[in-house]
Amino acid sequence: MNMVWFYIGIFLIVSLGLPAVAIFLASLLAPKKPSALKSTIYECGLETEGETWVQFKAQYYLIALIFLVFDIEIIFLYPWAVAFDRLGLFAVLEGLLFITILAGGLIYAWKKGAFEWA
Amino acid sequence: MDFLTDPVTFISQWVQQLLINLGIPEITAAQILPGVGAVILPLLAMLWVIFLIWYERKIIGRLQDRPGPNRVGPFGLFQPFADMAKIFTKEHITPTGADKVPYNLAPILAVGGVLGMWAVVPFSATVFGIDINVGALYIIAVGSIGTLGIIFAGYASNNKYAMLGAFRVVAQLISYEIPMVLALLVPVLLSRSMGMNSIVQAQPVWFLVVAPLPALLFFISSIAEVGRSPFDLAEAESEIVAGFNIEYSGLKFGMFFVGEFLHAFTNALIFTALFLGGWQGPGAEQYPILGFVYFILKTLVVHFLGIAIRGSMPRFRIDQVMQLNWKIFTPIALLSLCSAALVEKLAAGAGDLVRISLHVAANLVIFGVVILVGTKSLKERNARLDDLAASHRSAIHLVLGTPHDA
Repeated sequence: MNMVWFYIGIFLIVSLGLPAVAIFLASLLAPKKPSALKSTIYECGLETEGETWVQFKAQYYLIALIFLVFDIEIIFLYPWAVAFDRLGLFAVLEGLLFITILAGGLIYAWKKGAFEWA
Repeated sequence: MDFLTDPVTFISQWVQQLLINLGIPEITAAQILPGVGAVILPLLAMLWVIFLIWYERKIIGRLQDRPGPNRVGPFGLFQPFADMAKIFTKEHITPTGADKVPYNLAPILAVGGVLGMWAVVPFSATVFGIDINVGALYIIAVGSIGTLGIIFAGYASNNKYAMLGAFRVVAQLISYEIPMVLALLVPVLLSRSMGMNSIVQAQPVWFLVVAPLPALLFFISSIAEVGRSPFDLAEAESEIVAGFNIEYSGLKFGMFFVGEFLHAFTNALIFTALFLGGWQGPGAEQYPILGFVYFILKTLVVHFLGIAIRGSMPRFRIDQVMQLNWKIFTPIALLSLCSAALVEKLAAGAGDLVRISLHVAANLVIFGVVILVGTKSLKERNARLDDLAASHRSAIHLVLGTPHDA
C-alpha cells in the first residue's frame, strides 16, 4: 500500500517537473531584450491607474462560503457511498437526512438572494 | 501472455526478467517497474497533446466551415510542431510589479495538475496506471490544482484584467465542482468503490444507462471546469482581453493552453471510465489491447462532443453561469443522489433488470419535475419582466406623450 503512494509521488513529481523543465529550456532558447516599456502592465495602451487589487463583488465571497460548506459535507458522503452494502436501511435514511439538511442550507442561501447577481 | 493481445504487460514482464537476469533481486525488480511506468505515462500524455491540438483545431475549423490547418505536412499534421518551435523561441516578458514566485508557478501548476490525473486512469484490463483505492477522490483533489494555477496567474500578474478573470474563475470553477463531485458520487455509490478500475469493472451495463442525469451533469460541469465555451468567461476576449493569462508570453503562455487541451481530453477519459464502461466491450477481458482501443474510441467520441459544443455555443454571462449551477445543477445533483441511494437500498434484493429500470424511472421523474418547475418559473419571470418593461414604457409616455397622440 505504501508503495502505491510512492508511485503516486513519482508521478506527481514528474508531471510537475515536465512543464517546469520545458519552461526552463524555453527560457534558455528565448531572446532576452528587456526594456522598461515592454514590461509595463497591459491596459489597452493606457497607463494603469491606481491599485491592481481592486474591490470585488461581495457575491464572490458568498459563493466561496457556500462552496466550502458543500465541499466538506460531500467529502463525508464518499465513505457512506463506499460502505453502502454494509449499511442498514436506517443508515441510508440517515445519509439522506444529511443531504436534506444540506439542501436546506442551499434553499436558505437561495431565499436570502446569495445567487442573485444584481 | 502474448505480445499482440497485451503488449504493455508483455514488455514489462520481459524487462523484469531482464533485470532479474542482471542480478537484481526479484522484489526490487517488481518495485522498479511501476516507478518507470510512472515516469513514462506523463511523458506520453505530454506528447499526446501535440495530436490533441491538431485534432481540435481541425474539428473547430470544420465546424466553422473552413479547412483548419492543412499546409504543414499531410492534413496539417505537423502544424503543432511548427507552433511549438515558434513558441519555444519567444521572449519571456515579466510585467513590472508581478509577484515572481506565484507568477512562475502558475503555468507549471496548470499543466501539472492535469497530468497528475492520468495516474489513476484505467486504460485496459491489465494496464491501469496506479490503482489506488481512493481513485475518484484523488481525481477531485488533483483536478483542483489546475484551478490554483489559474488563481495564481490572475493574482500575481499585477493586471486588472487578469484579476477580473481570476475572480470569475474562482467563482465558476469552485461552483461547478459541487455538481461534478455530487455526480461523481453516483458511480461510486453504484459500484461501492472509489477505485477507478473497480468502477469500470462494475459496469457490465454502462452507468450512462443506469444514471443518465448524473452523467449529463458530470459532462456539462466538466466542460465548465476546463473553462471552455460556453463557460469561457474567464478569458472573455471582448470583455477582459484574455483574462488571467494576459501578462504571460512565450512558453509560459503556451503552457496554459497545453493544460486546457489536456484537461478537456482528460475529462473525456474520466467520463468514459465513470459512465461509458471504460475499457469494457466484447473480448476486452481476453485481449486487453482491444479494451484499450475501445477506451480511446469512446473517449474520442466524448471529446468530440465537447469540441462540438465549444464550436457552436455562445458565451454565458457570469450571473447566468452562477444561477445555472446553484439553482438547477446542484438541486438536480442532490435529488439524483438521493434517488440513487434509495433505489439501490430498496431494490437490493430484486434482479438487475428491475433495479436498473427503477433507476432510469427515478431519473426520468426528476428530469420531468425539473422541466415542469423550470418552465413555470421561467414564464413567471418573463411575465414579471414584461410588466416592468410596460411600466417603464408608460412612464416614458407620461413625459413625452404616447406615439399615437399626434
